[in-house]
Amino acid sequence: MIRFLRDYARSPSAVVGLLLLLLVIGMAVSADWLFPNDPLSLAGRPLQWPGANPRFWLGTDNSGRDIAAQIFHGARVALLIGLVATSIAVVIGIVIGAVAGFYGGWVDDVLMRVTEAFQTLPNFLLLLVLVSVFGSEIATVVVAIGMVSWPAPARLTRAEFLSLRSREFVEACRTLGMRDAQIIFREILPNALPPVIVYASVVMAVAILLESALAFLRLSDPNVSSWGNLIGLGRDVLRVQWYVSAIPGVAILITVLAVSLVGQGLNDALNPRLRGR
Amino acid sequence: MSAILSIEGLTVALPKGADRPHALDDVTLELRAGEILCVVGESGSGKSMTASAILRLLPDNVALTSGRILFEGKDLAAANEAEMRAIRGAGIAMIFQEPMTALNPLRPVGDQIGEMFSIHTDLSSAEIEARTLALLEDVRIPDPRLALRAYPHELSGGQRQRAMIAMALALSPRVLIADEPTTALDVTTQAQILSLIRDLQRRLGTAVLFITHDFGVVAEIADRVAVMQHGVVVEEGEAAAVLNAPQHAYTKALISAVPPLAAPPPRPFSAEAILKLEGISKTYRTGGFLGRNKRVTRAVRDVSLALPRGGTLGIVGESGSGKSTLARCIMRLIKPDTGAIRLDGTDLATQSPAQHRASARRMQMVFQDPYASLNPRRRVGELVAQGPIIHGTPRDTAMARARELFALVGLDPAATDRYPHEFSGGQRQRIGIARALALEPEVLVADEPVSALDVSVQAQVLKLLAKLRERLGLSIILITHDLRVAVQVCDLVAVMKDGEVVESGPIGRVFEAPEHPYTQSLLAAVPGRGFHPAH
Repeated sequence: MIRFLRDYARSPSAVVGLLLLLLVIGMAVSADWLFPNDPLSLAGRPLQWPGANPRFWLGTDNSGRDIAAQIFHGARVALLIGLVATSIAVVIGIVIGAVAGFYGGWVDDVLMRVTEAFQTLPNFLLLLVLVSVFGSEIATVVVAIGMVSWPAPARLTRAEFLSLRSREFVEACRTLGMRDAQIIFREILPNALPPVIVYASVVMAVAILLESALAFLRLSDPNVSSWGNLIGLGRDVLRVQWYVSAIPGVAILITVLAVSLVGQGLNDALNPRLRGR
Repeated sequence: MSAILSIEGLTVALPKGADRPHALDDVTLELRAGEILCVVGESGSGKSMTASAILRLLPDNVALTSGRILFEGKDLAAANEAEMRAIRGAGIAMIFQEPMTALNPLRPVGDQIGEMFSIHTDLSSAEIEARTLALLEDVRIPDPRLALRAYPHELSGGQRQRAMIAMALALSPRVLIADEPTTALDVTTQAQILSLIRDLQRRLGTAVLFITHDFGVVAEIADRVAVMQHGVVVEEGEAAAVLNAPQHAYTKALISAVPPLAAPPPRPFSAEAILKLEGISKTYRTGGFLGRNKRVTRAVRDVSLALPRGGTLGIVGESGSGKSTLARCIMRLIKPDTGAIRLDGTDLATQSPAQHRASARRMQMVFQDPYASLNPRRRVGELVAQGPIIHGTPRDTAMARARELFALVGLDPAATDRYPHEFSGGQRQRIGIARALALEPEVLVADEPVSALDVSVQAQVLKLLAKLRERLGLSIILITHDLRVAVQVCDLVAVMKDGEVVESGPIGRVFEAPEHPYTQSLLAAVPGRGFHPAH
């Protein structure tokens, strides 16, 4: 563990990523304490520029809501979407990839054709279909994002399983009389996991972006203060009061950057071939 | 005779945190013109590092700290990169262990040999082709004209190694360094390559620095021998002197670890068979969508064998003979197409998966690669206790039993909560044996259990297997390519070739009076077969 931290700390960009991520987490945690009121309630005169009024240091949007409060509360929504949607995508991906890779043959053929069917559809289009059919409550949106993001983790898990399933330690488990489920999840999976965990950071960044894109099209849940909603709102005043869209845009940029830098750092630290460089 | 290459007080430092400060410590060696000097040692002895140091091909994190490497009077340790390039290939050439990875898979063999000429000379392309062809004829590749245009994957392992030798000899180097050139080859191919190197060396007068771990090979080819241990040359001398009257304790230990090829007196074992194989066949079919590129490999053909209770049956053969497929059929890791596997009369080949799991404890397997056969993410105690836990033993009892097994196979019982990577290859193989024994099997199938280990460790693991056989009354099937390993522990032997058993019987009879021509050629090819160390 200590060795892992040392490997991780060797790369400066990974440390920067971790600090940025801690900053976003800090915003999410302190939101209730710094901005106890509902971030979606009217707070003052609309469209005040940042710094113009000391009460609203990031200004107000076109409905007169505090942008700083929305950014802090929005961090919660962004992290929630990222974590939950990523968990859904990774769990589905691992189960499908593991089963396909372990059994091979027709099981693999069937599962991989289904995966390809999901992959050939642009996932944003699929997401639009799911949201327009099932509604745009935040829970639905998160599940829908998870549902469109699993093919890549599935393919990655399958590739790992294909190379691991013929290792002698797997054969040894079979000769001991172990059941398949136990071999897949307790013996092979821990060995296949590192690249999937690293990839999860990409899934998480994409999930946050997908929600913002939905919100920009005003298809996300309007009753939560997500960064995407704020950008969507700022669209109407983009040419003059551009800060309404720009501030949540920077927040998204920082979060996605932080998550991908951490993912890159994890990859370098978990990949033994890069050790000693 | 004068020395063509002399190494004087060569010291190479390892990076901080390695298991020792120096890869090579004050190494002094002398290679005379027209002789074969064998450098022998186990893994980690620094023998390959010596070869890399001579050609200045050391990895980035190790550094040459002191000493001189004199090649025809010139100090290579002080030469610059341009001077080294002129010497590599033309003055000193090298042959590597694995010919598949040393050749570029995307270019024909002839091009790669011809490249030696186009880099170092200004010959025309027609001349280069003629010279390349002559070289391929020299190394006696069958059909050299075809080999010229062939890609590496189209040649066999032995032919690839011949092509590598042709490439090394292209510019008539004065010194040839051969780093374990026959280790990846089958024993009959190894014998051919060794005689080729010997013959070329006599004909061309090249001095050869031959690096090997195998004293059989040394006995076959060496004029002089240098023995290395932990980066230090512990003994050096004429081959006959070192082999027959070794002075240093380590040399003595290495030589006595080379077992004689003669079978020990037969042991008594029961006439009743515990395991019977009846007409086992396994055929692989690959490709063949709409009948294109269809390939059919008959890996195992109609094999019938019997393992007597308490006896040890050796299955020997070269790579591709189907011996490992047969072992996996016996363990039902692969389902045989036809045939019966009768353990005490019950046919295992037709069992359901549930019956299979239940009967798994009666027959267990020891695997070849001690690095791949242990799950790296589990503690070794758990690995050993796993089997009994699956079959319903309470966890505490199973862990206690694992500690007993550790003591039985010669490991520290307190080491059960460590991870596999903290153990050496030989210790890992002991863990693999402990795992197989945890279920108290009646039959143990060992697939090349010692081929990944150094000779001295091999001897220890084989002794352990023999001891366990006596103490636990095990019946063992031992798969091996090494006849010296088979002869140490087996009572019976079956020789396989192309999926078929060509000869079988008591090992003493088969090895002393082989009937089948293939068995005869296998036995004749064992390196150093005439060399019987005094024990």
